[in-house]
Amino acid sequence: MDLSGKTLFVANRGEIAVRIGRAARGLGMGVVQAHSEADADMRAVREADHAVEIGPPHAAKSYLDIERVLAGAKASGADAIHPGYGFLSENAEFAAAVEAAGLIFVGPAPDTIQRMGDKVAARAAATAADVPTVPGSDGRIEGIEAARAAAERIGFPLMIKATAGGGGRGIRVVEDAGALDAQITLAASEARAAFGDGGLYLERLIPRARHVEVQVLGDGKRAIHLWERECSLQRRRQKVWEEAPAHCLDDATRERICAASARLAEAVGYRGAGTLEYLYDADTGAFYFLEMNTRIQVEHPVTEEITGVDLVAEMIRIAFGAPLTMETPPIRGHAIEVRVNAEDPANAFMPQPGVVGALSLPDGVRFDHMLYEGYSIPPFYDSLLGKLIVQGPDRASALDGLRKAIAATRIEGVKTTLPLHAALARDPAVIAGDTHTRWLEDWLAATTIPLDTKEAI
Amino acid sequence: MTTQIRSPLPGTFYRKPAPDAPPFVADGGAVAVGDVIGLVEVMKMFNEVRAEAAGTNVRFLVENEDPVTAGAVLAEMD
Repeated sequence: MDLSGKTLFVANRGEIAVRIGRAARGLGMGVVQAHSEADADMRAVREADHAVEIGPPHAAKSYLDIERVLAGAKASGADAIHPGYGFLSENAEFAAAVEAAGLIFVGPAPDTIQRMGDKVAARAAATAADVPTVPGSDGRIEGIEAARAAAERIGFPLMIKATAGGGGRGIRVVEDAGALDAQITLAASEARAAFGDGGLYLERLIPRARHVEVQVLGDGKRAIHLWERECSLQRRRQKVWEEAPAHCLDDATRERICAASARLAEAVGYRGAGTLEYLYDADTGAFYFLEMNTRIQVEHPVTEEITGVDLVAEMIRIAFGAPLTMETPPIRGHAIEVRVNAEDPANAFMPQPGVVGALSLPDGVRFDHMLYEGYSIPPFYDSLLGKLIVQGPDRASALDGLRKAIAATRIEGVKTTLPLHAALARDPAVIAGDTHTRWLEDWLAATTIPLDTKEAI
Repeated sequence: MTTQIRSPLPGTFYRKPAPDAPPFVADGGAVAVGDVIGLVEVMKMFNEVRAEAAGTNVRFLVENEDPVTAGAVLAEMD
C-alpha cells in the first residue's frame, strides 16, 4: 500500500511520538506533531514536518482534550490520527469523534475499544472464546450479600477491583472473610470518587504470579499473535523491565496462550495492534486472561526485536485498509527492554524534571527515547525518557548485552533509573529468571542500589 | 504583614484534593502552621504544599491546574 502523500497526526508526546513519527516517515508519509505549550521544543516536534499547539501544559486541557486534539488534526489537513499510548489512546469516544470527522483512527473500531476496555465485558468475551480467566465474580457485584456469596466461591486472598479502574488503580486486597464487608464499602466509594463509577468485581489473588502478555495484530477479520512478553518486574504495578519471549513458559504452554490470544482477537474482530494480559501461575502452569490493551504498548519493541515486525508501521497500514497478509514469524533469539525514567532510584524514585546535559549513548543498541542535549524535561507528564532495548541469540547473551549497553550509556544533568537496571541485570534471581510481580518491591526494600552504572559489567 | 506561600517543586498546582471536592483552603480563608493548602503534581507524583506559618485572608495567585515553577508564589496571606 502506497501511503506517500498521506499525512499522519501524532496525538501524543515523548518517546512514543518520536517512534510513531519515524514509522510514518518510513512509509513515506508526512508527519504533523501535536504538542502542548510545554512541549514546543520536544524531540518529536523537531523531527516532524509540522507542529500544532493544542493547549496548555496540563494534559486535561491539551493531550486529553478531544475537541482540541481533533481541531488541531483537522486544521493540519491530516488524513489519520495515531493516539500512541496513554492519553486518548483507549478512549472510544475519541475514536468515534475521529471517524465522525472523516479522519482515520489508527487503532481498533470504537466499539471494540468500548467492549475490551470494560473489564467485565472483556472477561465475557474471553470466556466466549474459550480463553481462561481468573476465578472471579463473573461481572459486577451488586450489594454486599452478592459479594459475600461470590467471595466464598472464589476463596481468599482475593482482590476487589473497580470495573472502571486500570494501571493498578482501584484495587484492594482482602486477606480473609472478616475484612470483606469493610473493604467493599471503601472500594465502592473510592471507585466512585476516582472513576465516577462505583462498579466493583472480585478476583482471586494468585501469589507469586507472573505477568505474561501476548501481542496480537488484526485487520478486523483475521488476527495473528506475535508471541508473548514477560513483564513481571514491576514497581507500584508499573512495569520497569520487559522481555520477549517469556522465559517461564515451556513450548506447549507458549503455543496455548498465544493461540488463545489470536482466537480472542479474531473473535472480537480486532483491528490494529493489541495486547492481551495474563497472569501466569508458574506453580501450576495455568494462565488466566486479565484484560486487553487496545493500543500500542510501551514495551512493543521487544516483540519487534524477536519477530522483525514493525508494529507501528503495521498499525498504520492496517488503519488505511491494508489487509493483514503475514503469518506469525518464528522467534529470533531473546530481547530485553528496560525503562529509563527520570527518577532517582536512590531517593524513593523521586521524579527528576530538569535539563539534559551531555549524552553518550551505546553504539549499535536500540534506544527509543525523547532526549537531546540541552532539552528541558517538563514536570507535567510521566517520567519515561526512553527504553534501552537489547537482543541476543539467547537470554544469557541478551543480559550480557544489556549490562554492556547500560555501562555505555551516560545521561548527564538528571538522575535516571539506569542504576536500578544495572543492579537488576547482575542480580542472581533476575539472571535465573526467578521473579514474579511482587518480587521487585521486596527486592527494593532489601537493596541499596549502587549509583555507578559502570559496575554493571 | 503579608506572608507568601511558595511552591517547593515545578509542576501542576491543584487547590482541591479531587476534581469534585471543595478546595483545601477557600479564598479569604485562614490556615494554621502545617495545613495543606494544595498539591503540586510533578511527573504524576502528588506532593502536598503546607503552610509554614499561620495566616488569614489567604489569596491565591495561581489558579487550580495551572503550571507552576519551583519557588513560584502560590498564595499570599495576612
